[in-house]
Amino acid sequence: MTQHTVASFDADLQTLAGMIGEMGKRAVHSLADATKALLERNVQLAQQVIAADRNIDDLQHLIEEKAVATIAKRQPMAIDLREIISTIRIANDLERVGDLAKNVAKRVIAIGDQPSPVNVASGLGTLSTRVGEQLSAVLGAYRNRDDEGALDVWRADGAIDVLFTSLFRELLTYMMEDPRSIGFCTHLLFCAKNLERVGDHATNIAETAHYVVTGDTLSAERPKADESSAMRSPQS
Amino acid sequence: MDAQVKFSLRDAPHEMIERAVKVRAENVNVFYGAKQALKDVNVGIPERGVMAFIGPSGCGKTTFLRCINRMNDTIAIAKVTGRIVIDGENINDRKVDVVELRSRIGMVFQKPNPFPKSIFENVAYGPRIHGLATSKSALEEIVVSSLKRAGLFDEVKERLHDAGTGLSGGQQQRLCIARAIAVEPEIILMDEPCSALDPIATARIEELMEELAKIYTIVIVTHSMQQAARVSQRTAFFHLGNLVEDGPTDVIFNNPKDKRTQDYITGRFG
Repeated sequence: MTQHTVASFDADLQTLAGMIGEMGKRAVHSLADATKALLERNVQLAQQVIAADRNIDDLQHLIEEKAVATIAKRQPMAIDLREIISTIRIANDLERVGDLAKNVAKRVIAIGDQPSPVNVASGLGTLSTRVGEQLSAVLGAYRNRDDEGALDVWRADGAIDVLFTSLFRELLTYMMEDPRSIGFCTHLLFCAKNLERVGDHATNIAETAHYVVTGDTLSAERPKADESSAMRSPQS
Repeated sequence: MDAQVKFSLRDAPHEMIERAVKVRAENVNVFYGAKQALKDVNVGIPERGVMAFIGPSGCGKTTFLRCINRMNDTIAIAKVTGRIVIDGENINDRKVDVVELRSRIGMVFQKPNPFPKSIFENVAYGPRIHGLATSKSALEEIVVSSLKRAGLFDEVKERLHDAGTGLSGGQQQRLCIARAIAVEPEIILMDEPCSALDPIATARIEELMEELAKIYTIVIVTHSMQQAARVSQRTAFFHLGNLVEDGPTDVIFNNPKDKRTQDYITGRFG
């Protein structure tokens, strides 16, 4: 893209892009740490994730302020306007990702050192890795204004939903087998749901990236494969 | 009226408003001596709406505006080719009476230019020379209603016989609009009507344009892209004498197709 006649406008846009990059890095990091804390039952690491969420929230406020100030000052049009609006939207999604990671961390503290009655570590690990990859990929696609890359992420969200649905079934089965595991399994179920929600935010970011590049909104219904909301317990 | 061609004034289907073509330019070229100011311009202007022409200085937008009421006739070295069709009639045709044509097309300029006469006389002048009023009271009625439609009456009703030039800039511009609409034109051409006005006077003119567009076809040339985005339903972008792109204003400002349009509206070249 050619430079603006007013060079400080370019500087404003670069600052915003840099802030999104930083926020994205922190959100990806929090997600990985929260999952690690969960799988290793590491309460100390969980506390770090909770503390670090504050920084992600602060970044969201800074991005919003900078974006509003830039709109007021420059009255951006077309691609410029879309870019600035996209930073507000993506900052919103990343802030939610931070919250979801924090929620996983809180549950790590809540279950403390209770012995685990079930073994779903591999399923949760896979889900988290998959979600982290989606998030990194979509942030890269956004940074490079790569519409195809963003659409790939958008289409791949169904696979995450499938993983979540299968974890849901598995945990439900454990709970039915041994009601004493219900407390523990519920925490894990929420953790899985939180991770799945991060995937949805990655999809949102993909839609935003598509909007920046093309000026169009993705009108098709996003691919959904989370069937847990329609699922009944096996007996009924 | 050329009813075959319809415009969509909005891009979003739920806001689809259709308008017939009021003015159509076909292969319009304008030369000032050896210099070509407009190159093969083809564009349609919808009736009862605002169409904005934007582009850098010297791009030909004012030249094009002046083609619509044959103002280029007044420039000795200007030569216009192609057709400008208004309501199905080519106005460049020899048979067309230019005075009659211009009575159907009002024009408002960059700097307010009231006649050195009273406020009343400024507005009464047109209807009087065109014989639109049969009596003194009919003329008064035209003056009052024109001033009201231009949103100026309440501010000047106590001093209708004071000089028009004694008004503020924004009031003078509204007086010029009242003068333009007093002869019941069909089209109003506005050449940067707000560039000499402060933001409040500008807002009043914009408000007025919205009101007038319900009855008239308004064509505005503006350097303020925000103004074009605010007031118009269709926008055309000129560059170096070419009409680069025209379409619903939403599309031109949100997602233009041509890179030159994009660069211009986002401030990437001067």
